[in-house]
Amino acid sequence: MTDHATPGAPAHDDHQAPHALPPAVLLGTGAALIALTVVTVVSSRLDLGPFNIVLALGIASLKAALVAMFFMHLKYEHRFQAVVFVGALVFVVLFVGFVVFDTTQYQPDLRAALQALQAQAAAQ
Amino acid sequence: MSAPTQRAAAAASPFLQVHFRSMREQLDTAKLGLWLFLASELLFFGGLFVAYSVFRANHPDTFLYAHHFLDWRMGALNTSVLIASSLTAAWSVRSAQLGRQAELRLLLLATLVLSSMFLVVKYFEYSHKLHNGVFWGAAYQPSQEMLAALPAALRAAPPPTNLGTFFSIYFLMTGLHGIHVLIGMGLYLWLIRRAGRGDFGPGYYVPVDAVALYWHLVDMIWIFLFPLFYLM
Repeated sequence: MTDHATPGAPAHDDHQAPHALPPAVLLGTGAALIALTVVTVVSSRLDLGPFNIVLALGIASLKAALVAMFFMHLKYEHRFQAVVFVGALVFVVLFVGFVVFDTTQYQPDLRAALQALQAQAAAQ
Repeated sequence: MSAPTQRAAAAASPFLQVHFRSMREQLDTAKLGLWLFLASELLFFGGLFVAYSVFRANHPDTFLYAHHFLDWRMGALNTSVLIASSLTAAWSVRSAQLGRQAELRLLLLATLVLSSMFLVVKYFEYSHKLHNGVFWGAAYQPSQEMLAALPAALRAAPPPTNLGTFFSIYFLMTGLHGIHVLIGMGLYLWLIRRAGRGDFGPGYYVPVDAVALYWHLVDMIWIFLFPLFYLM
């Protein structure tokens, strides 16, 4: 390969104007993020039991997706960038998910051990 | 573009590194490297989110009690401040790409001001806690004033155990995030200096873009920290 500007890759040209986000997209994303923050605060006042945290995490994920797609330009970027980022995200979710599945398994043992210790302390 | 003209175009920009053939190649490489760095940042914070999840799964009562020590209004204010700073950061990339120098300098300055506002609010939150004995781990000794501010229903029952561990996780996660904000402020100072020299334009905006991407990640992490600590 001698020259960078091959006919098949017209996008790789120094003189191509960069893709600038239009003000409407920037302001729209900002407004959506503020609106979703209000929704998060309001929905945390409702008593939905275990669904409170599910809803809050759902809204936070939606906000993060908006930041990534528009502010971080990921929607318009080469797809490999998204593969790298979303790939890391998948591993974080796997990490959290599997540890949480596992951690509750030890709780009966821990409680039994604690009760044994307390009984021992009471006997003395 | 033929090879000689390409070299001539490259010679025109003082910011092209010797190991790149074109500005475009330099931009693409920088972008990929930056996204790999952001992926490593996600995994870095991921470990702390695991600590949060494990502790919360085992001690939900501790979380329900301790979040009353955090002021959601302060958290919501800081969330809005960071969203505004992300907006100015994203807009500063646009200004650099279009070569609008005055607009770029103004937006970089606005991002720096907003990021320092975030830390000022955080300072008030931290100092209020530390003055009232709300420390991490075994050092957790809340003052009477702090306990009196809790809802009556919570004050009636005995407090849950391991509250110190909650605040260890709180200070660790928000503190690490705060260090990232501090680094971001340093980077914006550097960008303001360079933008003042007129370094950036449509042909060269890698630093503005890269710092903005980092800044958006810092915003993104706060988007999760806010509901997880202040609201739940």
